[in-house]
Amino acid sequence: MKDVNEGYTTEDGRKIGGTVMEMKNITLRFGGVEAIKDISFDIHEGEIRAIIGPNGAGKSSMLNVISGFYVPQEGEVWYKGAPRPQMKPFEVAQQGIARTFQNIALFEGMSVLDNVMTGRLTHMKTGLWAQSIWKGKAEREEIENREVAEKIIDFLEIQAIRKTPVSRLSYGLKKRVELARALAAEPAILLLDEPMAGMNVEEKEDMSRFILDVNDEFGTTIALIEHDMGVVMDLSDRVVVMDYGKKIGDGTPHEVRNNQDVIDAYLGVAHD
Amino acid sequence: MPDQFLFAIEVILNGLMAGVLYALVALGFVLIYKASGIFNYAQGVMALFAALTLVGIMEGQVPFSHLINATFGTDVHHFGWHVPALLAIFLTMLVMIALAWCVQRFVFRFLVGQEPIILFMATIGLAYFLEGVGDLMWGSDIKTLDVGLPQGGSFWIEEMTVGLGGDGFYGFFIDKLDIIATVIAVLLVAGLVAFAQYTKQGRAMRAVADDHQAALSVGVSLNFIWILVWSLAGFVALVAGIMWGAKSGVQFSLSLIALKALPVLMLGGFTSIPGAIVGGLIIGVGEKLFEFLIGAPFLGGATENWFAYMLALLFLVFRPQGLFGEKIIERV
Repeated sequence: MKDVNEGYTTEDGRKIGGTVMEMKNITLRFGGVEAIKDISFDIHEGEIRAIIGPNGAGKSSMLNVISGFYVPQEGEVWYKGAPRPQMKPFEVAQQGIARTFQNIALFEGMSVLDNVMTGRLTHMKTGLWAQSIWKGKAEREEIENREVAEKIIDFLEIQAIRKTPVSRLSYGLKKRVELARALAAEPAILLLDEPMAGMNVEEKEDMSRFILDVNDEFGTTIALIEHDMGVVMDLSDRVVVMDYGKKIGDGTPHEVRNNQDVIDAYLGVAHD
Repeated sequence: MPDQFLFAIEVILNGLMAGVLYALVALGFVLIYKASGIFNYAQGVMALFAALTLVGIMEGQVPFSHLINATFGTDVHHFGWHVPALLAIFLTMLVMIALAWCVQRFVFRFLVGQEPIILFMATIGLAYFLEGVGDLMWGSDIKTLDVGLPQGGSFWIEEMTVGLGGDGFYGFFIDKLDIIATVIAVLLVAGLVAFAQYTKQGRAMRAVADDHQAALSVGVSLNFIWILVWSLAGFVALVAGIMWGAKSGVQFSLSLIALKALPVLMLGGFTSIPGAIVGGLIIGVGEKLFEFLIGAPFLGGATENWFAYMLALLFLVFRPQGLFGEKIIERV
């Protein structure tokens, strides 16, 4: 595992940038339960960083800490070289961190296009009065945002359902629309909470391809959670492995695969 | 054409006009319910409070004058000036925005994620609180509200239509104020729909209405949107308050019109803006026509008081989500 802040080169020869986010000794408790115990790791610019672990390992809690939904009792989140003050989830989003949810949180009543356009909200700057008059600045801004949204819709191959209300879509397509909405924000970090959960093999392959393409085409930094080991190993540049709230491994997929603690956690060695 | 038939048409027209006013109040309910899931019992009182404040500002009344006089032994009632209607409406709107902020800051911020029934109880408390404050601020006497809207029957319409019937028919009697109210309601609804569809804040508002978590994840502040929505509801309340106040004077029974909005919502559905309008019109026409055709001749009259509730009851039995509401499907 190469150190640190100035970046590294992956096994397949891609250049990865410096540290964009760093978790420092994060501990999260719910009452007496410690969901996350003193975990530290970093995310580099342009990499695909996975957090894996069996069910209940605290992966989703970790993602919720990054996106501001949970506030850790101890530890700090460093973002772009500075400790991040305590923030509400919407403020985190405004800072350029977009996310998807394990059990899909889309705007069911809106069309696919409208959903993707909400991803542009953080980029809309014109005031209420300018928008009421509509001509000029507000109109230009709307057109620009619309262009970004359409580009992403094309990229994720959901043109055919642009105008369809989201509530009518299949599970797999909903997941893709959610990805599109998060991407529309042009995030500095994209957080994906179990992007393949509940999908069939074909859908998983599609989603994997999209994640790789997004990273390749837009250079988006991606942090994702998954408990399907196979998928993650093919996708990610570096992997954090969690079990019972603790970090038991951190490194390239190859390193992690040969880590005895990780093998134990996945094969189910008895905990003492 | 037979006079009886023409008279029925006039009844329908007047019913439509009355329905517009019901719809205006119902609209305020729908706005808040959609965006925050709160059934705002205080919407009617907000209309009353807006109307009281408007009259108070226009007349240059000293707010809390009774309280001040009782405490300090002074005798102040009026500033001695009159504020022009447009400026007064603007100032009243500022008061309603301040109210929206207070409601969010001091009440609902602490109740995020609570059961709907608790939120509902909070709005009942809010209704009584606001009624008390309104009384304390501006006094409880009935006031006339004249913002310069034309009032009284339209002679032009009467003259134009008098030829339709026989000797016993004197033309349609339609209050000019009702026509104005209709036009304003149409503009208001068009404005609200455009706002929700095409502006950043409108989009954020729809996002919050749809899914709180998802809205947070795209960078929308729930707090800001809720203040915005309460302000919008305050604005709708102000418009409704002006119309009702101009029609029948600003009095505390105004807050009871909120109850008429209930059957309107059951008909239209709690989540639909067009539903509030159509529901209002159906109730307005329905109760006038029922009174005219059945109530007055056969039931001894005064059916307008209960017709709307009976209709709502029927809807609850056969179509609980209302005409336009989202269908209630619970997955098990």
